[in-house]
Amino acid sequence: MTVSFAAQINSVLAALILLASFGLLVQRRIYGLLHIFAWQGLLLSISAAVVGYSAGLHHLYISAALTLSLKVIALPYILYVLIHRLKIHREVEEVVRIPTTMLIGIALVVFSYHLTAPITELSDLVTRSTLAVALATIMLGLLMMITRKKAVTQIIGFLAMENGLFFAATSATYGMPLVVELGVALDILIAAFIFGIFFFQIRTTFDTLDLKAMERLKEEE
Amino acid sequence: MIITALLVINLAAAAVLAFMGDRKLAPELNIAGSAATFAASLALAVRVHDEGPFVAGGGFFFVDAFNVYLAVLTAFVSMTTAVFSRRYMAHERRHGKIGHKGMRFYHAMFQLFIFAMLLALLTNNIGVLWIAMELATLSTVLLVSLYRTPPAVEAAWKYFILCGVGIAQALFGTVLLYFAAEKIFGEGSNGLLWTNLSAAAGSLEPTVLSIAFIFLMVGYGTKVGLVPLHNWLPDAHSEGPTPISAVLSGLLLNVALYALVRCKVLVDGATHSHKAGYIMMVFGLLSVLVAAFSLLRQKDVKRMFAYSSIEHMGIATFAFGLGGPVATFGALLHMLVHSLTKSSIFFTVGHAAQMHSTQDISRIGGLVKGNPLVGWGLMFGVAAIAGMPPFGVFTSEFLILTALIKDAPYFVPLFLLGIAVAFAALFRRVIPMVFGDAPSWQKPIKASHMPVLVHMGLALGLGLYLPGFLSEWFHMAVEMLVK
Amino acid sequence: MENVYSALMQALQLTIVVAGAPLLTGWVRTLKCWMQGRRTAGLLQPYRDLARLFSKDIVLAENASWIFRFAPYVVFGATLMAGAVIPLISFDLPLGATADIIALVALFATARFFLALAAMDTGTAFGGMGSSREMTVASLAEPAMLMSIFTVSLASQSTSLSQMAHVITSTPLVLRPSLAFALLAFILIAVAETGRVPVDNPATHLELTMIHEAMILEYSGRHLALIEWAGMMKLLLFSSIGIACFFPWGISGHGDPLMLPPAFVILAAKLALIGIFIVLVETGLAKMRLFRVPEFLGSAFLLATLGMLSFFILE
Repeated sequence: MTVSFAAQINSVLAALILLASFGLLVQRRIYGLLHIFAWQGLLLSISAAVVGYSAGLHHLYISAALTLSLKVIALPYILYVLIHRLKIHREVEEVVRIPTTMLIGIALVVFSYHLTAPITELSDLVTRSTLAVALATIMLGLLMMITRKKAVTQIIGFLAMENGLFFAATSATYGMPLVVELGVALDILIAAFIFGIFFFQIRTTFDTLDLKAMERLKEEE
Repeated sequence: MIITALLVINLAAAAVLAFMGDRKLAPELNIAGSAATFAASLALAVRVHDEGPFVAGGGFFFVDAFNVYLAVLTAFVSMTTAVFSRRYMAHERRHGKIGHKGMRFYHAMFQLFIFAMLLALLTNNIGVLWIAMELATLSTVLLVSLYRTPPAVEAAWKYFILCGVGIAQALFGTVLLYFAAEKIFGEGSNGLLWTNLSAAAGSLEPTVLSIAFIFLMVGYGTKVGLVPLHNWLPDAHSEGPTPISAVLSGLLLNVALYALVRCKVLVDGATHSHKAGYIMMVFGLLSVLVAAFSLLRQKDVKRMFAYSSIEHMGIATFAFGLGGPVATFGALLHMLVHSLTKSSIFFTVGHAAQMHSTQDISRIGGLVKGNPLVGWGLMFGVAAIAGMPPFGVFTSEFLILTALIKDAPYFVPLFLLGIAVAFAALFRRVIPMVFGDAPSWQKPIKASHMPVLVHMGLALGLGLYLPGFLSEWFHMAVEMLVK
Repeated sequence: MENVYSALMQALQLTIVVAGAPLLTGWVRTLKCWMQGRRTAGLLQPYRDLARLFSKDIVLAENASWIFRFAPYVVFGATLMAGAVIPLISFDLPLGATADIIALVALFATARFFLALAAMDTGTAFGGMGSSREMTVASLAEPAMLMSIFTVSLASQSTSLSQMAHVITSTPLVLRPSLAFALLAFILIAVAETGRVPVDNPATHLELTMIHEAMILEYSGRHLALIEWAGMMKLLLFSSIGIACFFPWGISGHGDPLMLPPAFVILAAKLALIGIFIVLVETGLAKMRLFRVPEFLGSAFLLATLGMLSFFILE
C-alpha cells in the first residue's frame, strides 16, 4: 500500500465519517442512532489502522484496537442494554427543522474548513486534510446535543464529539502519546458508567428521559 | 517521592472509604486522609522552598512556585472541608436526605476528586492535565445529584453535559498544541511536557497556537465558569451538598484557571503578542459584570454565592489577561484568598440552611441570635468577599485595580461598577439573614466552627501581612508568567 | 472529412436517444414483470403504445388555449435538444460545445415549465394539483442537481459534459469521496426527476399520490404520445448523464470510429444494468408519502453539498 493510496482511503473514510455525523443529526430512531454511531466508530478504527500501517507507527494499532473495542463494541452494547432496560427502544424522537439543522451543519463544516486551513497548510502529513473533517465532526456532535431533547440522544452526540476528537488526534498528529490515549479512553469509560447511572436517576425522578421535563432550574425573575 | 505519596494517599483513602461505606469512623478516616495529604503537600512545599522548582517521575511531574501553593491550598481546603462535612453530613443523614449508599459514595468520590485536582496541578503533561480535569468533573457529577431531588438531578445532568462539551473543546486545543510541538520534539510524550513546551515556546507555530488557545479558552473557561459558559455553575453549586459546593467553588475553579494560565504562557511565548491576554480580559470582565448583576436577583443563598464565585473567577481571569507583574501578583493572591473566603462562606451558609431547613434567602433570618458563630462568620465572610479591608480580597483587588489604572484605565469604570454592584447586592441580601429576629422555624444545630475560624483567620491574616515565603513564590510565579 | 464524421456522430447519437428510449422503458417494464411473476408484454410494447397513440384522434378540452396544444412539442423538442449534448457512445459532439451542463438543466426546466402551464391551462383540479406538486419537487431537485454536477465539474474543471467525461477517462483512477457523494446525490435526484418510485409512480393514477400523471391526464392522441416519448427519453438521458459523469469508461474518443461498436455494446450493457437497478429499487421500496419528498430531496442536496465540500477539504 503506497502512502498516497493510504491517504486516498483515509479521505474516503473521512468523508464517510462526516456522512455518519450528518446521519446522526437527522436519525429519529434510537436503534438507528446506535447503529450509525457504531459504524462511525468502526470507520475511525479502520482509519487509525490504515494511518498506522502506512506511516509504520505501531502504537496506532493499539489506538485502533482500543477504538474498536470501546466505541464499536463496548459503548453501543452498554447503550443497547440501557435502552432495553429502560424500555425506550420503540421511542421515536420528534426532530424538528431538519432542513435548518442540515444547513447549520453545512455551515459548520465550512467554518471548520476555514478554521483549520492555516493549520493544514503547515503540516506535511498525508492525512492533514482530514483535520477539518475531525473538527466538523466535533461541531456536528455539539449541534446534535443542542437540537436533541432526549437524554440518550444527547449522550450519543457527546460520544460522537469524542469520535471527532480521536479523529483529530490521528489525522493531525498520527495519534497522541499512548498515555494520553489510554487516559482519555478511561475517562470515556467512566463517563459511560456515569450516564448509565444518570439515565436511571432521571427516569426515577422525572418518569421520563425527555429532557423537556428538566426545566426547573432557571433564573428567577 | 513526595508527589507519589501525595497522590497515593488520596487514591488509597478513596479505595478504603469505598470499601468501608457508612461505618462509624468513615468521616474521621476522610479527615485523616485529607490531613495526611495536607502534610505531604507541606513537605512538598518545603522542598520547593529549599530547592526551587523541580521535575520528577521522568518528566511526568513538575513542581514550581505556581502550582505548589495551589497544591497546598487544595490539600488544606479539602482537609477543612472534610472536617466541616463530618457534622454537616451527619445532620443530612439524620434527616434522611441521604442514605447509606450515598454516604459511601460521597466519601469515596470526595477523595477521588481531590486526587484528580492534585494530579491536574502537579502533572507536567498537558494531556494528563486534561484527563485529570475530566476526572475531576466526572467524580463530582454524581455528588451533585446526591440528594436525588429533581432539581439536583437536573443540575447534575447540566453539569455533566456542559462541562463534557466544554472540556472536549479543550482536548481539541491540546491536540493542536501537540501538533505544533511534534514538529520540534517528534513523536512521543516529550511534545506534551509543559517544561519542554515552555522552553521552546518561541519556536512553536504561532497560527496553530492562536487557534489552539481559542479552544483551550472555551474548554477550560467552561470549567472556570466564565460567562457565557457559566450556566452549569449556579445549578451545580446550589443543588449539591454544601461541602461539595465549597470545594467546587474554592478549588475546582482555581484548578481550571490554573490550566488556562499554563496554556496562556505557551501561547504568549509563541505569538509574541498579547492576543491571548485580550481574550481573557474580555471573558473575565464580562463574567464580572454579568455575575454582579445576576447577584441582584438571587433568591437561593447558595446560588447567590455561586454567582459571586463567577464574579471572582472573572476578576482573576481578567487580571491574568491584563498581564504585567502587579496584576499577575494580584491574580495569584486573589485565587488564594477567594478560595479561603468562599469555602468559609459556604460552610456558614450550609449550617444556616440546615438551621432553617431551606436555602431560600427570605426564609433565613436572625442567624446571630440562633448561632452567633455562624452569623458572624457569614457576616465577616461576606465583608471579606465583597472586598472590604482589611481582608485579603481587598489587597488582591487593590493590586489588580492599581495595575488596571496604569495599563488599561478605560476598563476601570466597568471593573469598579462590577465590584460595586456585587458589593451592594451581597449586603442587601445578607444583612437581613444575619441580623433581626430569629424566625420560629429556626432550629439549633451542632455546627462545626473550626473550619470557619481557621479560614477567616487566614483570610484576615493574608490581608494584613503576606508571609515572606509566599510573596517569594508569587514573585517566582510572576516571573514565569510574565515574560 | 472531420466535420462530416462529427455530424454523423451527432446524428447517430440522436437516433439512439430517440429510438432507444422506448426500448429502455420496455426493458424496465419487462424486468419488473419478471420480478413480480407476471407475464410480460414484451420488450417492444412501448413502441406499440406510441404507435397506437399517434394513430388516435386528439380530444381537446373546450377551453384549452394554444399553450395546451403547444406544450407537447416544446417538451419533446427540449428533451431532444438535451439529448444532443450528452455523449452516449462518442465524445465527438459538435452541438456539445453549444450547451454545457447548466444549459442542460435549463432545457429540462423549460420542458417542465411548459408542461406545468399546460396542465393548469384546462383548469381541472388534477392538473393544478399535479403542477404544484411537480414544481415543489423541481424547486428542490434542481439546486441539488446543479450542486451534484458542479462537484463533478470541479474535479474535471469543465462544465461541458463531453469534456468532463473525457477528463475523467483520461486521468488515472483515484478514490474521490467527492464523486461518490455526488453520485449518491445524483441517483436520488434522478429518481425524483424521472418520476420513479419512491418519489412518484409512473404506473399509477391514484389521485392522492400521482405527480407527473396528474399533469397529463387531459392529453390524448398525438400529444400524449409526444409527452410519453419525452418521458422515456428523459429516463434514458438521466441514465446517460450519470454514465457520462461517473462511469464514462468505454465511450469512444475523438475521431475513433473503430471504437464505436464496442462503445455501443458497453452503453447497452450499462443501460441494462441501470434498468436492473431501477427495478430492484422499485420492487424493494414503497412509494413514500408526499410530504416526505422534500426531506428526500433535502438529503440529496446535503449529499451534493458534502461532495462539494469534501472536494475542497479532502482533495
